[in-house]
Amino acid sequence: MKLLFVMLGGFLGAVSRFTLGEWIKTDSGFPLATLSINLFGCFILSWFLTFITLRKSSKPEFTLFIGTGFIGSFTTFSTFSVETVLLFNNGLTVYGVIYIVASIFFGVLLAYIGYKIARIKRG
Amino acid sequence: MIWLIGLGGSLGAAARYLLSYCINNKKISKNFPVGTWAINITGSFLLGFLANLHQAGGISDGVWLFTGVGFCGAYTTFSTFGYEVITLIQQNKKMLAGIYVLTSVCVSIGTAAIGFML
Repeated sequence: MKLLFVMLGGFLGAVSRFTLGEWIKTDSGFPLATLSINLFGCFILSWFLTFITLRKSSKPEFTLFIGTGFIGSFTTFSTFSVETVLLFNNGLTVYGVIYIVASIFFGVLLAYIGYKIARIKRG
Repeated sequence: MIWLIGLGGSLGAAARYLLSYCINNKKISKNFPVGTWAINITGSFLLGFLANLHQAGGISDGVWLFTGVGFCGAYTTFSTFGYEVITLIQQNKKMLAGIYVLTSVCVSIGTAAIGFML
């Protein structure tokens, strides 16, 4: 039963990632779509999991649906890796380096901000 | 098209959930998020392989959307990675957090490149 919640969230997460990705698509060759999706996902998951942990009365199915399923599938590490390889492969080395640094630095920073906001709100 | 991505995504999420559930029961994952680490590396390899196959015309767009965009995309996760880094830092395991970030990024990109060149 728990698996079903993860799968339903995964379905919606993957579809949202694709739909949003098509929408953010740029002509510059820089993978702005995946970057935005991953950064936003880092912030929201960190906020969500911290919020849910502090609020002890939450249902595990809800965490699995939203956290593991939806946000987990919405963000992607494999696309990040492959896009980096493609940037280097196409000679766009500067873009590749910016992509790696921005993903990691802002991803961790936004996860931290999400965590902090969830705690401040609870006092 | 959307159904192919969604279906692949639901299977990818299920694989991630089951695999990390198994791995997280092991002793080693008490100190280090081995589950997500291994998932992101294997998924990157697989997506690299599929991306090259798709570019070369070896698989159709439908198969690519199902396995690449759907399955691999959902199987691997960036948000959990970010959250785990923060958790390690909160536990004052800054060294481990650094190792987690560095190895995740370098090994994943490395295996994606190997998969792409196969």
